[in-house]
Amino acid sequence: MSLFTTLKLAFRAMWRNLVRTLLTMLGIVIGISAVIAMVSAGQGAQESVRQVFQNLGTNVLQVLNGSQSSFGAAGGMGSRQSLTWDDWRAMDPSHGGEISTIKWVAPVLSAKAQLASDEQNWNTSITGTTSVWFKIRNWATSKGEEFDDPDGDSTAKVAVIGQTVANQLFPGTSAVGQTVRIQGQPYEVVGVLESKGAGPMGDMDDLVVIPLKTYQQKFSKGLAKYIPGQLIVSMNSDDEADHTMAAISALLRDRHKLDSSQDDDFRIRNPAEFAQAQQDSTHRIAMLLALVAAASLLVGGIGVMNIMLVSVIERTREIGIRMAVGARPIDVMTQFLVESLVLACIGGLLGLALGAVWAHSMADYFSWKFVFPATTAAIAFAVSGGVGVVFGLYPAIRASQLDPITALRYET
Amino acid sequence: MPAPLIEMRGITRTYVMGTNFVHALRGIDLVIEEGSSIAIMGQSGSGKSTMMNIMGCLDQPTKGTYHLGGRDVSRLSRADLAQVRGHMIGFVFQSFNLLSRTSALENVEMPLMYQGIPSRERHKRALAALNRVGLSDRADHHSSQLSGGQQQRVAIARALVGEAPVIMADEPTGNLDTRTSWEVMAILQGLVAQGKTVILVTHEADIAAYASRVVTLRDGVIVDDRRQVPAKPEAAA
Repeated sequence: MSLFTTLKLAFRAMWRNLVRTLLTMLGIVIGISAVIAMVSAGQGAQESVRQVFQNLGTNVLQVLNGSQSSFGAAGGMGSRQSLTWDDWRAMDPSHGGEISTIKWVAPVLSAKAQLASDEQNWNTSITGTTSVWFKIRNWATSKGEEFDDPDGDSTAKVAVIGQTVANQLFPGTSAVGQTVRIQGQPYEVVGVLESKGAGPMGDMDDLVVIPLKTYQQKFSKGLAKYIPGQLIVSMNSDDEADHTMAAISALLRDRHKLDSSQDDDFRIRNPAEFAQAQQDSTHRIAMLLALVAAASLLVGGIGVMNIMLVSVIERTREIGIRMAVGARPIDVMTQFLVESLVLACIGGLLGLALGAVWAHSMADYFSWKFVFPATTAAIAFAVSGGVGVVFGLYPAIRASQLDPITALRYET
Repeated sequence: MPAPLIEMRGITRTYVMGTNFVHALRGIDLVIEEGSSIAIMGQSGSGKSTMMNIMGCLDQPTKGTYHLGGRDVSRLSRADLAQVRGHMIGFVFQSFNLLSRTSALENVEMPLMYQGIPSRERHKRALAALNRVGLSDRADHHSSQLSGGQQQRVAIARALVGEAPVIMADEPTGNLDTRTSWEVMAILQGLVAQGKTVILVTHEADIAAYASRVVTLRDGVIVDDRRQVPAKPEAAA
């Protein structure tokens, strides 16, 4: 029998029991859409995590003050100041630092402060750093310009502000060229940073950047020898992270005169590893959800098998008639198999559509990126076809093995 | 004398029912020439249904050989047997056995589907077959919209459409009133005149009267085999 004729028969049989067909399909639709939605959500979440960490700057390491332990009780990160300004210069290639994989180094000091414009006021974090920071963070201004102070010598009272701060202090007007008061002191706004949106620690655009020395004069307390903050280091490439971390560690241990029995008095952190770990755990959760979704697809498949078995019994007489007029067992088997295949495939297509809608609304709700997992969609569609064949096979074989004499006499 | 279309030699059919053996047929020898009409008679339990199933290639003999159109069909696979049915035999059943919610035309087309005949050709031949039984104007009607007599005529058209040489009619008038029975018998007799071999399986003597030969079975053996002048359906259409 031709494929077209077989398909026509399948569609007609499905149409005759439309409600039942739709309900059976629903099992597949839910299964497939759940798989698509879960995989899409997983990829979207992963993508968001990736973007967030990318916004922190790529190929970046953080060097932090170590923790101090006094009488056995460890203080928090940075509780003991150990990084010195000379450490920075020894690492920084523009000051003669010799670690070849390091590209740029910037000290980062920060504190919370109250800001005010003529009309508004706002509380946010103030970062004191060199202009190298903008390069390391790969962060340009959308209006105005960043200050030019690569060596951290400038005491100019200028500020580059984040988009959120600009919106808060200068609503409806251009912030560049205006004056912002930081703890009462006037600073000229020279630039507004491009918006980066939400980050792992909240709104990334809620910050003010001022020159390092200016910051030290206004905010720093403590010994001038130590850096009351951290260093951020950018490397030439990501592959050099381990090597660079080892080199920095060796340099600082040597400079701090630590012998081999002593622990590091500083910490080096690789945000990329953080990102990787976070992505990995997101991925695992996504896979787990997809697995649960796959179980619902299995349930859908069992629904198909159930209905096909009922259908075979209901149509026993039809099978008998078809056999009497010359249908071979394989013809009968094909007919039922194509029917469950078509059922599952239509369910699969509807599931893809529903899954996409579902994933899209989830992405909206959790404000992560909508990713339509094309590969997964293709696989899921193939799987729905497979479900149709696998779960349709047993009923189809049963149909094909009916004895025409008994089938013809079957009373419904 | 025409070549025998059906040639059965020493056919037995034994069913196993639990630990018992039921001998439905115990050694049947029967030769049927092409273009004849034959009635297989017998009470229920005589083995006539088993006989029909084997002749119609729905079942296979336990022992013996069955040649249909010169080919030994007594040891074929299920698939081959199905193809033999499709090409050699047209069935007419007591309960019509049409597909419900399917038009007369599509019912008639069905055997051709399994012979791989393309849709347009199927259509043409099914219409021609319906025309032969005088129902071309009912082609689009569903079986539930047809009277019993009309349904049986659709079934006859279905038996004819594949150009099978044998029409196997199992109590074809069992569900019909007398007048409609005459119509159906007239059509079947007409087919004999056109060279078909019609095998009637019945327990009614007045139906068997329309055949030119009557074979009577009892307890799985042929007890009587006589030739006669077939009766004419009284109010033939």
